[in-house]
Amino acid sequence: MWVLLGVGVLVLGFVLRMNPLVVIVISALVTGLMAALAPGVGPAALWAAAVSTLEAFGKAFNDSRYFHITWVILPLIGLLEREGLKERARIVISRAQAATAGRLMLVYLFLRQATSALGLTSLGGHPQMVRPLLAPMAEGAAEREGPITERARMRIRSMSAATDNIGLFFGEDIFIAIGSIVLMVGFLEQAGIIVEPLQLSVWAIPTAIAAFLVHGARLLMFDRTLERGPPEAKAAATSETEAAQ
Amino acid sequence: MITLDHAYLVVGLMFLAFSILTLMDREHPTRVRSALFWGLIAASMLVGTWIGDLGNGILVLGLVALAGVRKLGIARPATTSPDEREDRAVRYGNWLFVPALIVPLVAVGGTLAAKNTPFGAWLISDVQTTLIALGLGCVIALAVAWAWLRPPITAPFQEGRRLVDSIGWAVLLPQMLASLGAVFLMSDVGGVVGDLIASTVPLTTPLIAVVAYCVGMAAFTVIMGNAFAAFPVMTAAIGLPILIHQFDGNVAIVCAIGMLAGFCGTLMTPMAANFNVVPANLLELPDRDSPLNGVIRAQIPTALVMLGINMVLMYALAFRF
Repeated sequence: MWVLLGVGVLVLGFVLRMNPLVVIVISALVTGLMAALAPGVGPAALWAAAVSTLEAFGKAFNDSRYFHITWVILPLIGLLEREGLKERARIVISRAQAATAGRLMLVYLFLRQATSALGLTSLGGHPQMVRPLLAPMAEGAAEREGPITERARMRIRSMSAATDNIGLFFGEDIFIAIGSIVLMVGFLEQAGIIVEPLQLSVWAIPTAIAAFLVHGARLLMFDRTLERGPPEAKAAATSETEAAQ
Repeated sequence: MITLDHAYLVVGLMFLAFSILTLMDREHPTRVRSALFWGLIAASMLVGTWIGDLGNGILVLGLVALAGVRKLGIARPATTSPDEREDRAVRYGNWLFVPALIVPLVAVGGTLAAKNTPFGAWLISDVQTTLIALGLGCVIALAVAWAWLRPPITAPFQEGRRLVDSIGWAVLLPQMLASLGAVFLMSDVGGVVGDLIASTVPLTTPLIAVVAYCVGMAAFTVIMGNAFAAFPVMTAAIGLPILIHQFDGNVAIVCAIGMLAGFCGTLMTPMAANFNVVPANLLELPDRDSPLNGVIRAQIPTALVMLGINMVLMYALAFRF
């Protein structure tokens, strides 16, 4: 029962807004110590438990280094930004006549869900697509109708990132070889139940359609909620909206 | 054959370049600490296999001490001016998008080739194939962009350093959460949580069990930052014994929709750093250090509605098929 103290540490750190890296290490050590705690266990045994917890953590850390491979894209994106990638995206969208920020993100949502469902999850993502392309394009689309406030600009950026996440999460599970499907098949096999990946992925489709309808409707309403006005009026606009709330 | 070890070598050398360039940057606000941080990540990638479990554990403590106690600064290396960028955007035109598109093309093409062709299987290892192909795509695209644009030799790493500084400590979070999951597994935290829920919530009807399972998936995901960590715990506690065995729910429907309920939790938590904190930093949102930053606030309405829809779908479908 006391091992739950480790989960408690996570919640507490979260509430106190401590740095998550620190919270995770403390949580791991607390969990390992509590698992070893029993009547008659002396300081030497507890020290041994702490060391073996650190070893287990270090082993898992080394085994999951593959997360870092995705960062190899950063020099490429940085270089392309240096040569005007974001400015180019703005130019492209400023030429498109029909696009608004919301409609642009709706198209992106559809493409992100459809490509993720085909297993092409790496087509999108925040360093790859949202920062260099989607957010500047959406800002550019909104600006074509007239200047926008700084607050509206940040809301457009936030919604761009949100749309990428939502498209990914509610698309990827339709693909049979994605991590979460593999995890479910493996877990159920341990429990003595054999399930084909395809059975699981088919039942992700109803939720995927619902997610497109729900978030798509929000995106279509999004354009109307953007505050218009010169960027200089940022302070005034912010205090007005706060007063209105 | 290209294996994970080759990918780690490339990643390690990249972080080593970030570290050295940071150390040479006299104007960096946290020059030595940042250089040590990126240097330790480089060490983990390059020699992590040979320093033992305890060595890796101590390396983690070092990383956390460097980045977790006080914030790391952000580099402002010399780069092109806004006017120069506008000029080049016009000069290079839409060709600028081509290197960025090479990455997913190689990632997907490489994965498919490795699974379906003898040459692909010879070229790319079958362990973490997609990630290796992704790394390969990045290297090829960078080589193409370099040959075409002819920037100063260090420019990609100076620009990469600018981006990685803006992500900061969050680069480690997914890896740290996965490691914490291993410690939880070792200490049977999942089993204890399962027993606790099963003994406190009266799961007497299918509807209550569906709500408890979906809300539990979302809530545990908010805490852990990862639906993968919540799934074994909640499914062992409610999904398998109650929904599937007692009420005879369809295994595939319960699990598939349960996982998606967990994803609703991922949309609402700053613990899911690579989805919710990294973009806030990359997009330079003013509230990026707040637990409920702009990205998470933009996602919460969709996430809550989708959580409700997932419960309705599971209740409507799981006991019918």
